[in-house]
Amino acid sequence: MAEPARAKPKPTPETQHFWDGTQAGELRLQRCDACANVYFPPRPFCPACASRKVSVFKASGKGKLYSYVINHRPAAPGFTPPYAIAVVELDEGPRMMSNIVDCPQTPEALELDMKLEVAFEKLDDKITLPLFRPAKG
Amino acid sequence: MRKNQVAVVGAAETTELGVVPNTSQIQLHADAALNAIADAGLKLSDIDGVATAVETPQQIAHYLGITPTWVDGTSVGGCSFMLHVRHAAAAIEAGLCKTVLITHAESGKSMIGKQPRSTPPDSLNGQFESPFGVFGPPSMFPIPVLRYMKTHGITHEQIAMVAVVQREWAARNPRATMKAPITVEDVLNSRMIAYPFRILQCCLVTDGGGALILTSADRAKDFPTKPVYILGTGESVETPMVSQMQSFDSSRAFKIAGPLAFKEAGITHKDVDHLMIYDAFAHLPLYGLGDLGFMPHEETGKFIADGNTRPGGKLPLNTNGGGLSYMHSGMYGMYALQESVRQMRGIAPAQVPNAKISVCHGVGGMFAASGTIIFTNER
Repeated sequence: MAEPARAKPKPTPETQHFWDGTQAGELRLQRCDACANVYFPPRPFCPACASRKVSVFKASGKGKLYSYVINHRPAAPGFTPPYAIAVVELDEGPRMMSNIVDCPQTPEALELDMKLEVAFEKLDDKITLPLFRPAKG
Repeated sequence: MRKNQVAVVGAAETTELGVVPNTSQIQLHADAALNAIADAGLKLSDIDGVATAVETPQQIAHYLGITPTWVDGTSVGGCSFMLHVRHAAAAIEAGLCKTVLITHAESGKSMIGKQPRSTPPDSLNGQFESPFGVFGPPSMFPIPVLRYMKTHGITHEQIAMVAVVQREWAARNPRATMKAPITVEDVLNSRMIAYPFRILQCCLVTDGGGALILTSADRAKDFPTKPVYILGTGESVETPMVSQMQSFDSSRAFKIAGPLAFKEAGITHKDVDHLMIYDAFAHLPLYGLGDLGFMPHEETGKFIADGNTRPGGKLPLNTNGGGLSYMHSGMYGMYALQESVRQMRGIAPAQVPNAKISVCHGVGGMFAASGTIIFTNER
């Protein structure tokens, strides 16, 4: 039997642009054309002002560590504990859940507010996940 | 809503709590309902309103043989029952029904007749949280706590004291699952679940249920039980995605539901004799104390660590032992309500002397929803 795989997202028409972006090596967010609000997760209208005029743009991929847990048990399929489940605050404002790679999964190494940059992990031909690693320099 | 127009006249938990491997989830609902109906001295045919969560009102009504004229299937997680109390009180006042039965039960441990929770991969949670390794509440609910601790200067030892104090209360409750005393060291050395939380900071996983019966305050005096009046209520929701909370420094849903209830009740924090704050995990009482306005968040950890919420303290909190030590079948809100009612009736195992006002605050999902009910035994 194959190893259990990590939960894989299934895009919807409203989120497809995000997953197309990660596949192309871009972290894509949306900005409201009317009120300039930047928001996440994806939807075809602005949750601040209800305008349907919104644009997709390539985000910087930079952010900082807002909070996290280091999960020991029970572990999700496809994960080897202990592993950090993090919430990253993007420089553009929105926050998103992710994992921190290229970094020990310890409280000492995972300092709140540490600078992070996006790192893409390809799951298969359709899905690439946006993960984050400590920013260089 | 006008205060003190509706009262709890029946309240009971399931005959057994803890590990109940011989009973399915829907029968646990029925067991709690039958106990509450007996408590109120009613017949099933007297019930014309039914509210429940996860199971549907039609399932519960049919199983019990009730023909309702009003139902509420609000299912927003563990505080659903606070919302049911609020909605039932409004419905009774509006004349939509006269006598409402609210049931909760969960075969949370034995998993008999219970559907496992699932997150579809094309839902927003399935796309933007599940792929990063969240796996059940222990991996999600504590995600905000490190930020909360940093912002407000809260220590690991202070949060550990939440579990220590609640075990002191549990020791006074014969039906509590965990009664042996624990220390801060015990908590901080217990098995790691999801850093920073260890097993003694996570709720129990048990089987059980509870039910409430509400009717108008005018009718309540004819019942065999001491009426417990609904003095104030509040509710709100925020987001099913913990990562998308407005802030980890507080809960938006708490900050709306709690003050709404206080305003409706027309009371101040000094009037509160007894307090329940749903504690699925050890940080929730801190969020509750801050967001309900008892004190600034910066003071919540010290307040608990200094012993103010323990037996004999000035603000008795989670006097049944809470979800950490009493029981937690998955949606604990009903057990918090049961303890508030017992305290207002004056029959709690760890009774707060002369308690007249009880605040009962619930959370649903991972800070997704909130409901607050303020009870009194004086009209």
